[in-house]
Amino acid sequence: MTDPLVRVRGLSKWYPLPRRGLFRPREQLRALDGVSFDIRRGEVLGLVGESGSGKTTVGRTLMRLTEPTRGTIQFRGQDITHLPRRELRPVRRHMQLVFQDPYGSLNPRMSVERILSTPLLVHEPALSPRQRRRRVEEALDLVGLFPGAADRYPHEFSGGQRQRIGIARALIAGPELLVADEPVSALDVSVQAQVVNLLLDLRARLGLTVLFVAHDLAVVGTISDRVAVMYLGRIVELADTAALFTGPRHPYTEALFSAVPTIDPAARRRRILLQGDVPSPVSPPSGCTFRTRCPYAQSRCADEPPDLREVSPGHWKACVRDDLALAAPISAPILQPTQAD
Amino acid sequence: MPLSETGDLLRVEGLTVRFGAVPAIEDVSFALRPGETLAIVGESSSGKSVTALALMRLLDPRACSVSGRALLRGPDGRETDLLALPERAMADLRGRALGMIFQEPMTSLNPVHTVGRQISESLIRHERLSPRAAAARAVDLLAEVGIPEPARRASAFPHQLSGGMRQRATIAIALACRPRILIADEPTTALDVTIQAQILDLLHRLQQETGMAVVFITHNLGVVAEIADRVVVMYAGQVVEDAPVAALLEHPAMPYTAGLMRSVPRLDAALHTGRRLLAIPGNVPDPRQRPAGCTFHPRCGHARPDPCLRARPALEWAAPDHRVRCARWQEIAA
Repeated sequence: MTDPLVRVRGLSKWYPLPRRGLFRPREQLRALDGVSFDIRRGEVLGLVGESGSGKTTVGRTLMRLTEPTRGTIQFRGQDITHLPRRELRPVRRHMQLVFQDPYGSLNPRMSVERILSTPLLVHEPALSPRQRRRRVEEALDLVGLFPGAADRYPHEFSGGQRQRIGIARALIAGPELLVADEPVSALDVSVQAQVVNLLLDLRARLGLTVLFVAHDLAVVGTISDRVAVMYLGRIVELADTAALFTGPRHPYTEALFSAVPTIDPAARRRRILLQGDVPSPVSPPSGCTFRTRCPYAQSRCADEPPDLREVSPGHWKACVRDDLALAAPISAPILQPTQAD
Repeated sequence: MPLSETGDLLRVEGLTVRFGAVPAIEDVSFALRPGETLAIVGESSSGKSVTALALMRLLDPRACSVSGRALLRGPDGRETDLLALPERAMADLRGRALGMIFQEPMTSLNPVHTVGRQISESLIRHERLSPRAAAARAVDLLAEVGIPEPARRASAFPHQLSGGMRQRATIAIALACRPRILIADEPTTALDVTIQAQILDLLHRLQQETGMAVVFITHNLGVVAEIADRVVVMYAGQVVEDAPVAALLEHPAMPYTAGLMRSVPRLDAALHTGRRLLAIPGNVPDPRQRPAGCTFHPRCGHARPDPCLRARPALEWAAPDHRVRCARWQEIAA
């Protein structure tokens, strides 16, 4: 097997909080706490979790938009954890970000041509204006927009079209890795499906590697080859998509799946209602951080934070209990093609 | 027909709201039965929130014109048209007969008053409780909506609570005077799924206990399937389908409803990752330039120049309790 495109080991991001008293120790908010994973070349790795789980911080830290507190990031075989800014620039060309908010992430004063030209001015300064225009039109065509869109401004487009512009901007310099942070969650359902399809097409056409960050499990399942589930700054489970959805091994994954409302009456199932809220990342519980809401917690869960360990080939979980039979949202395949309309 | 004969608690007829020349909603009609959960589903600019705000009379009359009727049956059987009531009488109903909760609890709570005080406010106003009795009742209400340590939380300010707790607090405010109708506008959209499940469970339990009817506005068909008895689907400012939930999900008659259901990603997509979703082409139309004829025709695979472009289709009865706005529904169903 070839080397992974991204290798993250022990990644942590702690934010110091303001001192609350002269002699009090400074508290730390643990946004990320020892996260390790690989992204293989050409795969889509889904990252799911609720708010505060650290999924967005993973994407931002990976791209060095946020400096990690601890841990290492390797990209294309190179350790980029401590690369100075100037040396980071050529690396960044190969990793690009698509943002959640199609309204806030495009400068309203810039024409689409200028928005899309900016990455080219940075990464390919030798291009002539004519060549740049051509590349802009190619990028627009790639995401299904007409070439004349280049001369318009963001406010002239709908939410779905703006998200296409955001994707074109990310792709124009030809990155290998796309970090898509909730790219469809601000869109209407009927338009969301179009953008998911676009990402699927682009990935197939361009052989992109994608880190797909989202809270919607069904969207993540549609697009990802493997899925990592995060809770309070840690990965609690990581597996191939079908394996995770047909046989979750971590109690949090089970609860998360069971909370998703579904329109499929056949899939209606026993609901596991988690008690209470996610604990504060400033003073997380000892041991397993999920134990305070876990229906299966035992006294030993308070002792040590469980390691993420491989429980079957390619299936990782951070939970000491191996004796649980957890409910899956969908049953394992008796593989029939589902109705394709 | 009078409400006493149909058994309806609320009946909306021909509700139209215009902002200047722009129609936000046109000829919206539906009925709500006692104890029922009616879901209003739609995408952005479908008019679902404007419908709720118009019913509560929370739209600024200087900014828009509202016409139509919204008949509410009182406990004594008398009918009242909410849209024709003087403001003073409406203010009396708001918070008492009609409760409302909104999407974003942080913006609907007052940041400078404690949660307890905000619950007490309507008890003092509508139920004429003394401040002391109202404060005690507020603590009970916080306990009812599942807030731990209710006595302590009553003296907390909204920013000291989590998102889920805040939404529980707004539910406590809305339910303080035991409304007969609760209008909930995307009450779980800003919440995480595990918290959403808690809030849906709570609303269901409270509804069982109090017998109130709920108008639940949402864009999420999964939530609809879990909570609704009846569903009104809105598109581009109009009701396009209205049916009991099982009939709607199993046999949608309007192509938009069917398309919306197909475009929702489902969990079993994980078995064949990478398969394309069945998207509806195009975009939701801008309210300022809604298409002539059927507003959905530019995105509809079943559209024909005649009749779909010719005129706005009427809302027709496809079954005794199933209405659909599509000129070709019979041909499509056949």
